[in-house]
Amino acid sequence: MAGNRGRGRAAFTFNIEAVGFSRGDKLPDVVLKPPPLFPDTDFKAVPLRTGEDEEYMLALKQELRETVKRMPYFIEAPEEKQDNIERYSKRYMKVYKEEWIPVDPKSKMAKDAYRGSSLINSADVLKKIEELEKRGDGERSDEENEDKEGGKVKDEDGEDDSDNSEEEEYDEEEQEEENDYINSYFDNGDDFYADSDDNMDEATY
Amino acid sequence: MYSEAPGTMTQAEIKLCSLLLQEHFGEIVEKIGVHLIRTGSQPLRIIVRDTKTSLDQVKKALCVLIHHNLVIYRVHKRSVVEYEAQCSRVLRMLRYPRYIYTTKTLYSDTGELIVEELLLNGKMTMSAVVKKVADRLTETMEDGKTMDYAEVSNAFMRLADTHFVQRCPLVPAPGSSDPEPPPLAPTLVINERDMYLVPKLNLIGKGKRRRSSDEDAAGEPKAKKPKCPDDKEPIPDDGIYWQVNLERFHQHFCNQAIVSAVANRMDQIFKSLPVGYNISKQVLDQYLTLLADDPLEFIGKSGDSGGGMYVINLHKALASLATATLESVIQERFGSRCARIFRLVLQKKYLEQKQVEDFAMIPAKEAKDMLYKMLSENFISLQEIPKTPDHAPSRTFYLYTVNVLSAARMLLHRCYKSIANLIERRQFETKENKRLLEKSQRVEAIIASMQATGAEEVQLQEIEEMITAPERQQLETLKRNVNK
Repeated sequence: MAGNRGRGRAAFTFNIEAVGFSRGDKLPDVVLKPPPLFPDTDFKAVPLRTGEDEEYMLALKQELRETVKRMPYFIEAPEEKQDNIERYSKRYMKVYKEEWIPVDPKSKMAKDAYRGSSLINSADVLKKIEELEKRGDGERSDEENEDKEGGKVKDEDGEDDSDNSEEEEYDEEEQEEENDYINSYFDNGDDFYADSDDNMDEATY
Repeated sequence: MYSEAPGTMTQAEIKLCSLLLQEHFGEIVEKIGVHLIRTGSQPLRIIVRDTKTSLDQVKKALCVLIHHNLVIYRVHKRSVVEYEAQCSRVLRMLRYPRYIYTTKTLYSDTGELIVEELLLNGKMTMSAVVKKVADRLTETMEDGKTMDYAEVSNAFMRLADTHFVQRCPLVPAPGSSDPEPPPLAPTLVINERDMYLVPKLNLIGKGKRRRSSDEDAAGEPKAKKPKCPDDKEPIPDDGIYWQVNLERFHQHFCNQAIVSAVANRMDQIFKSLPVGYNISKQVLDQYLTLLADDPLEFIGKSGDSGGGMYVINLHKALASLATATLESVIQERFGSRCARIFRLVLQKKYLEQKQVEDFAMIPAKEAKDMLYKMLSENFISLQEIPKTPDHAPSRTFYLYTVNVLSAARMLLHRCYKSIANLIERRQFETKENKRLLEKSQRVEAIIASMQATGAEEVQLQEIEEMITAPERQQLETLKRNVNK
């Protein structure tokens, strides 16, 4: 912008009073570092609302936080621990979670697998319990027993409740892939994560 | 629906979505979900490639997300199915406790549990919901009492009638003369009329109590116990799924807010009326006129048919509420003088620096300071009005103004950021004190089991002392911080 630039540096291009300080005032220091992480505030924050409603919702929130962890939709990342060390916690603190597998009703394999898997799971669980019973009894406390039994019942109930629910919605979704994927997908609930990479070579784009 | 362009989600909102997904569904689902939120719609193979996750895991994660109405799919171009995340729907997860509690106030415990189950499970058939809720309610009842399915069904029907729950869109039934192969991904449709239609189910039964003492205490293999008879029955309403209608809840919240705002207002007016009035037609008229003339403009008079037609001006009402919130935030953060300036600019729409000082009767220096503080936090903005075509600053008007919409949006964004910060802080605190928390849990468990087996008082005390006093203090502080 061609303006008064050449003419004398004393004059500013705008009315300086409008900005906030008159001539000769000390200018504020140039700030060379980022603002503080927790700046001081002149005014304290208003306290949180408390009342019957809020207390109830708070309790609900905490409960929900715990509940969602136990739902079948919560997918734990597979742990890549070394299997040569037998861990105490692994033996006694297993939490039995319901397996939620959206079943493709059109695939016959899936139907067989689903019927098979509900029986397999409970049979597996029974076997494990028997094994553990035979091994060391002294260390186990009563609560571990109750945990397992409670979890087992939940497991059986959960299997039947949740596996029927997703049949219709996901059939088309599965069908869009080549059928190889579907076959290996439902073979065995336990090996869910193990054989995932075999077919990746075929997917070229 | 909630479709929006990927660029409109701010970093803070994406971070909050990530934290919510992680808490609700674990890390794998979180990874996929956040990836979709950031990048917009993508086909399956690209998701697998970009997130470096196995195909099976991506599939399972997508299933969970779609089941919970957080991701939608559609056929893009000709043979590619793309998945898109609904970021704002993810943020609604913050409101789950409020939805559940509201249902409790409207439809008591039965309704509350129905909505809770639907929220936790995304979509369910009515029979599944009824069974699960009946079981849960039975658990809380006295010994020998059970919850009847019919009562739960009734509650469900009431929720459907008032549109708080709705049917999920369905796969359209294929026509018998349809020669084409099925599409890659079905377009789910639902008829407006059918959305709240409750299927005629004959649900007979009562809730079951799950008692651990019923199990074989001797530890016999469970295979001997016969399977529950109703597990083998076919589901009568298979294929008809229900979900919570969040929009309806939002409507309810809006109405609630407006009603309570007007009630506050009415109290003020009421106090100025003489005591001893019975509510008669004339008084009602007076009230309505007062409300209509009220500067808040919640109610407007739209014609005189039937003695006067009054209408609730929703738009204005909500705008007023938003403005009131902004004013209150300014007051709490910057002080009442600042609030006065803010209200002034709001009222006069556009003001010059000098005018602000004059009208607010605040000295120039202070006024400038406050205006700039509010400007820097984006509550107030500057509007330039050039006097000359070359936009020279010395010959331009600079007017302060409040853009309510953008200020409100900024405030919302700040709230999301705060929530994300708080969640992170809570996780941090929990992790730091994990050891202490676990110890306390173990001690409690030991005490409980010992009490059950009738231990002596002395032993109990010994165990309690395992947690030393300062640790206990730490625990208390931690509990307080984490719970809030």
